[in-house]
Amino acid sequence: MIDIELNGKAIQVAPGSTIMDAAHQVGTYIPHFCYHKKLSIAANCRMCLVQVEKAPKPLPACATPVTPGMKIFTHSELAVSAQKGVMEFLLINHPLDCPICDQGGECQLQDLAVGYGDSASKYEEEKRVVADKDLGPLVKTDMTRCINCTRCIRFTQEIAGVMELGQAFRGEHAEVMPFVEKTVDSELSGNIIDLCPVGALTSKPFRFSARTWELSRRKSISPHDSLGSHLIVQTKHDRVMRVLPRENEEINECWISDKDRYSYEALNAPERLTRPMLKQGGVWHEVDWPVALDYVSHALRDVAKTSGGEAIGGLFSPHATLEELYLGQKLLRGLGCGNIDTRLRHSDFSADGQRLGMPWLGMSLTQLSQLDRVLVVGAFLRKDQPLIAQRLRQSAKRGAQVSFLHSAGDDQLIKQVGLASQVVVAPSQLPALLAQVVKAVSTQQGVALGLDDVNVNWADLAVSAEAGRMAQSLLSGQNIGILLGNFAQQHPQAATLHVLANKLATLLSGKFGFLGEAANSLGAYVAKAIPQTGALPVKAMLAKPRRAYVLLGVEPELDCADGAAALRALNQASSVIMLSPFKPAAAMDYADCLLPVSPFTETSGTFVNCEGRVQSFYAAVKPLAETRPAWKVLRVLANLLDLPGFDYTSSENVKAEALGLAAGAMPVVVAGLDNGMAPRPDMSLGVLGMAQTGGIERVTDVPIHFADQLVRYAPGLQKTKDAAHPAARMNAATMARFGLQHGDWVKVGSGDTAANLSAEPKSTGSQATDAMLRAELDIGLPDNVVRIAAGHTATVAAGDMFATVHLEKADKA
Amino acid sequence: MALLGSISPLLTTGWSQGDAGWRLRDYEARGGYTQLKRILSGNMSPDDLIAEIKKSLLRGRGGAGFPTGLKWSFMPRSFPGDKYVVCNSDEGEPGTFKDRDLLRFDPHAVIEGMIIAGYAMGASRGYNYIHGEIFSIYERFEEALDEARAAGYLGASVCGSAFAFELFAHHGYGAYICGEETGLLESLEGKKGQPRFKPPFPASYGLYGKPTTINNTETFAAIPFILGMGGDAFLALGKPNNGGTKLFSVSGHVNRPGNYEVPLGTPFATLLEMAGGMRGGRKLKAVIPGGSSAPVLPADVMMETTMDYDSIAKAGSMLGSGAVIVMDESTCMVKALERLSYFYFEESCGQCTPCREGTGWLYRVVHRIEHGKGRAEDLDLLNRVTDNIMGRTICALGDAASLPVRSFIKHFKSEFEYHIEHGKCLVDPAAQSAGSGFFRAEGSL
Repeated sequence: MIDIELNGKAIQVAPGSTIMDAAHQVGTYIPHFCYHKKLSIAANCRMCLVQVEKAPKPLPACATPVTPGMKIFTHSELAVSAQKGVMEFLLINHPLDCPICDQGGECQLQDLAVGYGDSASKYEEEKRVVADKDLGPLVKTDMTRCINCTRCIRFTQEIAGVMELGQAFRGEHAEVMPFVEKTVDSELSGNIIDLCPVGALTSKPFRFSARTWELSRRKSISPHDSLGSHLIVQTKHDRVMRVLPRENEEINECWISDKDRYSYEALNAPERLTRPMLKQGGVWHEVDWPVALDYVSHALRDVAKTSGGEAIGGLFSPHATLEELYLGQKLLRGLGCGNIDTRLRHSDFSADGQRLGMPWLGMSLTQLSQLDRVLVVGAFLRKDQPLIAQRLRQSAKRGAQVSFLHSAGDDQLIKQVGLASQVVVAPSQLPALLAQVVKAVSTQQGVALGLDDVNVNWADLAVSAEAGRMAQSLLSGQNIGILLGNFAQQHPQAATLHVLANKLATLLSGKFGFLGEAANSLGAYVAKAIPQTGALPVKAMLAKPRRAYVLLGVEPELDCADGAAALRALNQASSVIMLSPFKPAAAMDYADCLLPVSPFTETSGTFVNCEGRVQSFYAAVKPLAETRPAWKVLRVLANLLDLPGFDYTSSENVKAEALGLAAGAMPVVVAGLDNGMAPRPDMSLGVLGMAQTGGIERVTDVPIHFADQLVRYAPGLQKTKDAAHPAARMNAATMARFGLQHGDWVKVGSGDTAANLSAEPKSTGSQATDAMLRAELDIGLPDNVVRIAAGHTATVAAGDMFATVHLEKADKA
Repeated sequence: MALLGSISPLLTTGWSQGDAGWRLRDYEARGGYTQLKRILSGNMSPDDLIAEIKKSLLRGRGGAGFPTGLKWSFMPRSFPGDKYVVCNSDEGEPGTFKDRDLLRFDPHAVIEGMIIAGYAMGASRGYNYIHGEIFSIYERFEEALDEARAAGYLGASVCGSAFAFELFAHHGYGAYICGEETGLLESLEGKKGQPRFKPPFPASYGLYGKPTTINNTETFAAIPFILGMGGDAFLALGKPNNGGTKLFSVSGHVNRPGNYEVPLGTPFATLLEMAGGMRGGRKLKAVIPGGSSAPVLPADVMMETTMDYDSIAKAGSMLGSGAVIVMDESTCMVKALERLSYFYFEESCGQCTPCREGTGWLYRVVHRIEHGKGRAEDLDLLNRVTDNIMGRTICALGDAASLPVRSFIKHFKSEFEYHIEHGKCLVDPAAQSAGSGFFRAEGSL
């Protein structure tokens, strides 16, 4: 420790601290603009100049390391005069248009001008005007207000991973701008708004809609990815106006993804369902709640009575709350229906009944940041878990080697250091590649592999150079993590990948975990919203159509592994009851009852994040119009069905029961987390479920802004590059093989005739199972695969996410 | 022909041949590269070499005047990995044009100096960053490098020894700020030329984050000569603490502007005489003795001063890069300052607040005074703005912009006051335009 004196007080600080760090430690505020604890030091604003004894001139606190015996004065006459001098300079060319600036009320420049500025300026020349820039649909610029602190520039480079902003020109003409004709397209772009200390960068969707001091702040939890980022939901007159990050170093640090930030726009979208609706004789009517609930209870009771509970299927969203999922499954099980699933995009359920516990990240996010060797298998990491990618990006900068084994070569913007590499193979080859890494590691360690875990002919398995390199990278580490991404979990051989990854982690004495698909994917296991032995998982529920379906926050055609199969199943059902905050166009066809239920801002609830962390939140606003919290709807419905044990008075009661706790107890992490699996000698590396029928393999990503219901209705997000219309993406060789040029129309069909036959075709003709898409070049893909996004109406007809598909060049006007 | 005279020519020895004497064979004929060969044949250890440079009291010729030997000794000796030697030929200071001529007439002296520096500091790679507005000089330097490579002075085995050194030329695009050593490094790395915050200094964190020593062109060019004559002899050429000869770029209202090499400690009056005396026999009014960022000195002070680091500092200015800007009685000091202020306003990199905002403010107020719109409080305002810039910026450009303003107002306050009060020059405009024949009388073309 170093002894220094700060404003006459003796303190001890860690070696390597700056004066700014020392001041933070003792709670002394030094004014600043360019300094930010998460960004590199720029020392360009000069606002933090302080006096240091024996220094001939004031020094910037952010960049000056402390030295033993240093005497620092942060508020001396010299320091304050330097700070005031800088403030004067900052203000001379600032437009001072606070009355019409969105930043007003939360502006660092405005706040500090009160303390360090003069009431009038001595600068009487013309002020500088800077042309605004187009940064895309989410961030608005007023560049004349910019004070060139470069926080936004450093953010894009250091945190988001790619320099999308820079400072051009010199001196007074210096301007912050994107590259010519480019916008800021990072999935973390909104954070530059928070970082901007002035009103140069503001939120485009929020712009001019409210003054910040009129807004109430409500704590909440993100309903999107599996982190459960902490949010501040800002409201006015029971309307959500804006969402900001709530700092939590253990989860989201001080960032949130654009999805977390801008999905609120959907809450006020015209597609919101505001009253219960019933379809009678093919015509939809708005009805009162009692009528709707009466209808639903009769419909469910009818099916259960006539065809048995197993004739019902429950598809619940993994973005629904713990309470909703728990009550949903309890209600259906009360009717004798065990067909309940939330793993809508999965296709391999063979691990069910074999798991030793609930699948989770296998570590805390903090521990994830400490890994020095990481292998990420099957993940569109940046778009699926943007802030986990961000954590690994920082780790890589500190020297961690992060390798990727995947079926697409998207740039994760994580620096590949040392032996780290990115290996891209067709989906069917993923298990074999992972097995090769296992073999390479075991060979190096001199450990013999048996058949106990998985039925692999280890002796005959040839280890490729890429797999060997990955193994080398992993073996050189101390703190190793193997992570299975969304793609791996959705893979037709997910259980095989699970066993192999687990084996690899065991060999390396490392950690093994699942990245978590949705905000409550783990919570769904806790709530038992997955089928028990004997009941049908989602795929079977759709392959063997049920008579009635209960949908909770789900649009099956977009949210399931096989949207086409889902549509066929739903269209033949006698009753489809949808609980949803929205009124999806497709549902008007297949559903017969729509119940408006609350999105996360209008209900209390709980999400269990990928670490197993239990995170509860309250409603930020009142439910819109006739919308009601889903847990209340399910409770009343259960009462109408005369099911026992539904006498809850609050969501807290439901939560306590779901978690098996006494009311009021506050669990931090759920019990029963274990990624182990019983030995699976029945498993092989063969292409299970991926029958080769002459077509080519499909690689499916779930684009970040198509991934759940809320984002799909958020207009700002839908205008981003990440929400571009899906295409049929191939590498150059594959395109050539099919005689395609970039931009050509392609007919894509899964040719899943078995599924066709079992369902009543909705329309006739060969087009029924074909999607029409534009061919697009994607140089990161392996040979002979076509990449087609899920979660979009344009690709529903292409069928299963992992199907073998047929491609055909098509003419389309 | 830029060179018009010198007392004890050293660096300028080869200049007499003009553009015909820059090639390797010419340099070798003058005894070039013998020092390098002598050192590499095992006659001098790096430590002895640095000691010799220290003895010479060679001070950095780029402007700061920091003792070169001392600077070289700051380089970590046992650093594992790359170290760099960088030559700062980004000569952008108004009034300075000596490095241009050094590279034009004797590029191999710079090359030899850099190779020796690389040997002294254990660096195996060097870069010469050449100002972008003298492109033909850059091309000539590339040719000189080719010659040196072909002759075995550069490469994996310099002069057949175990010492490896490679040298590259890099041309900038004319930004003044890239002459600031850390701004130069940023630019050399391919980034926007903006100075870095110091510490860390380049000796520990320089080019690509590796230990780096940056010296001026003239500094490197002096090295072979120092080793040839010995440190003591070089020191003796000048005066104590101000070793050797120095190139002065004399410009302005003299009869023969150009580069002059004189021993440090030569009276200004002698230098002025060498430059042909005052143009048209007019009276000397003021001199900026060390490049545009040095404070201006009035004629009487200047005529009493000798040209060396310590004397000029004592007189209240800086020797700087040795650019001597001479102004006669027909000069309007307000107009002169306006031009200087405009330069700094244009050349500020825009990185840190006081300089980005302050240089524009200074220029606009001086511009206002020059154009008859000055206000009584403007001189106080200018001084206050310079107070807020000086010592508060990342690099020295803020100070460089402020010092002329302060010194012009200090020494020629009455001219500024006259401008403000009367809205016109104290110096008769007809006299101003008659002076150079460049500015014509108002109304005529």
